[in-house]
Amino acid sequence: MEKKLDINWFKYASPKTFYPLAGKIIPWCAIGAAILIAYGLYIGLFVAPTDFQQGEGYRIIFVHVPSAWFSMFLYLIMAFYASMGLVFNAKLSYMMATAIAPTGAMFTFVALVTGSLWGKPMWGAWWVWDARLTSELILLFLYIGYFSLQAAIDDKNRADKASAVLALVGAINVPIIYFSVKWWNTLHQGSSVSLTKAPAMAAVMLEGMLVMAIGFWLYSIAIILMRVRCDILERDSKLQMFKKD
Amino acid sequence: MHWNNISEFLAMGGYGFYVWGSFAVTFLSMAIELWLINQRRKSVTRTLEQ
Amino acid sequence: MIEANQNTTSGSTHLLGEKSTVTNSMSAYSVLLEILKRDIRVALRRQSDVAAVFFFFIIAASLFPLGSGADPKLLSAMAPSVLWVTALLSCMLSLSRIFASDYADGTLEQMLLSNQPTVLIVLMKILAHWILSGLPLVLVAPLIGLQFNLSNEQLQVLAISLLMGTLALSLIGSIGAALTLGIRSTGVLIAILVLPLYIPVLVFGAGAVNAVSIGMSPNGALSLLGAVLALALVFSPLASAAALRIALE
Repeated sequence: MEKKLDINWFKYASPKTFYPLAGKIIPWCAIGAAILIAYGLYIGLFVAPTDFQQGEGYRIIFVHVPSAWFSMFLYLIMAFYASMGLVFNAKLSYMMATAIAPTGAMFTFVALVTGSLWGKPMWGAWWVWDARLTSELILLFLYIGYFSLQAAIDDKNRADKASAVLALVGAINVPIIYFSVKWWNTLHQGSSVSLTKAPAMAAVMLEGMLVMAIGFWLYSIAIILMRVRCDILERDSKLQMFKKD
Repeated sequence: MHWNNISEFLAMGGYGFYVWGSFAVTFLSMAIELWLINQRRKSVTRTLEQ
Repeated sequence: MIEANQNTTSGSTHLLGEKSTVTNSMSAYSVLLEILKRDIRVALRRQSDVAAVFFFFIIAASLFPLGSGADPKLLSAMAPSVLWVTALLSCMLSLSRIFASDYADGTLEQMLLSNQPTVLIVLMKILAHWILSGLPLVLVAPLIGLQFNLSNEQLQVLAISLLMGTLALSLIGSIGAALTLGIRSTGVLIAILVLPLYIPVLVFGAGAVNAVSIGMSPNGALSLLGAVLALALVFSPLASAAALRIALE
C-alpha cells in the first residue's frame, strides 16, 4: 500500500481515477460560476456608473473583455496540456486539450460579436481592423484549424498528437502574430481608432470585469471537465471500464 | 442603483440593442454549450448502459 | 553511382538503400546535398506540377485587375497586397508535394530510419520545394508588377521581400504538410492550418513594399521579415520532423 505521505500525482493522470475527481469538482464550479456571474452582472448593470464618453454603451465590456481574456487564456492552457501530452505521452493531457478547444472557440466567437456590437455605436462600423479584434479573428482561425485537423484524422492516437503539435505551433506563433498585426495597424492608421482604448476605468468597472472573469473561469472549468468525462466514457466504451456504474 | 425605472434600464441610454444584444449572445452561447455537452453526456451514458 | 540505382518505375532513388557504403565514402554534408538534388530531380520529373504553381501565380494575379477595373492608381495601390497574397497562395498550393510522394512509396520512412538527423533531411526537402516553387515567383513577380504600374524601387523591394518571404512560407508550410500526411483531400485542410501562421510573413512582406509606396524606408519591415525567417528556419524543421514522426507511427 502507498504510504500516506507519498502523494502520487500521477494517480490523477489515469482517466479511471480522474473521472470521479472531476465529477466532484464540477458542481462546485458550476455553483460558483452562477454566483459570480450573477454578482458580476449586478455590478455591471446596476452599480457601475455611466461612462462620461460612451454613455451606457460601454457596459458591453463586462462580457466582451472577460470573453476576450478567456479566448486567449484557454488557448494557452490548451497548448500547455498539449505539450504535457507530448512530453509524458499522457492520454489524459491530450483529452484535456481537446476538451478545452470548443470552450475557447466559443469565447473567441463571443468576443468578436460583442466587439462588433461595441464598435458599431462607438466607431460607426460593424467591423474595425484594429489590432485586438484582428488578432481575435486570427485566434478563431487557429481554433478552427485545431478542430479541422482532429476531425480529419481517423486514428485517435495520431489525431491527439498531431493536434497537440499544431496547438503548440499556434501558441508559439500567437505573440508573433499579435505583434505583426499591431505593427500593421499602426502603419495604416495614424491615430489609434482602437477598441482597446477602454474608457478611463473607475475601480468599480474593473471590479465588475474581474468578477465576471472569475465567473467565466469557473464556468469553463465545469464545462471542460464535463467534456473530458464524456470523452473518457466515449473512448472507453470499447474497454468497458464502467461496465456497471 | 441609478436607474429611475425599468424602461430606462432597458433602453440603456439609447444603446439598448447593442448592450442587450451582447449580453444575449454571450449567455446564449454559454447556454448552448451547456446544452450540447449535456446531450453528449446523455447519449454516451445511454450507449454504455447497453 | 547513385544514378545506377534509380528505380525507373516508381521514380524513387534508393539512395539510402546503400546507406552503409554511402556514409563510408561520403561526408554527412554531401549526403544532405544529395537529398536536395534528388528531391529537385524527382520533382522535375513531374514538370507539369512545378510549372502549375508558376502559371497559377500569373493567372491569378491577372484576375484582380479584371475584377476591379484597370485604373492605374488603384492597381499600383493594391499591387503589393495582390502580388504578395497570390504568391502566398501559389506556394501553399504545392505544399503537399514536399512529403507526399515520398510518403506514398515508402521512401520517406527509409529516410527517417537512416543515420541522418530527421531535422536536416526535412530542411533539405523544404529547400528543394522552395527552389522549385518559391524562387520562380521571386523572378516573375516583378514582371507581373510592371502590369500593376509599380515603380522600380517597389519592384526591387517586392523581389527582396518575396525572396525572404517565400522561403519562410515553404518552411512554415512544411509543418502543415507534415501534419496532414496521408490524409485524403488535404488541399483545403493545409490551407486552414497554415494560412493563420502565414500572416506575419504577409504583413511584413507586403508592408515593406507598401512602405516604399508611401515614401518610407522598407528596411524596418524587411528586418522584421528577416527575423520571422530566422525563427522559421530554426523552428519549422523541428516541428515538421515531430509531425512526420507522428504521421509515420
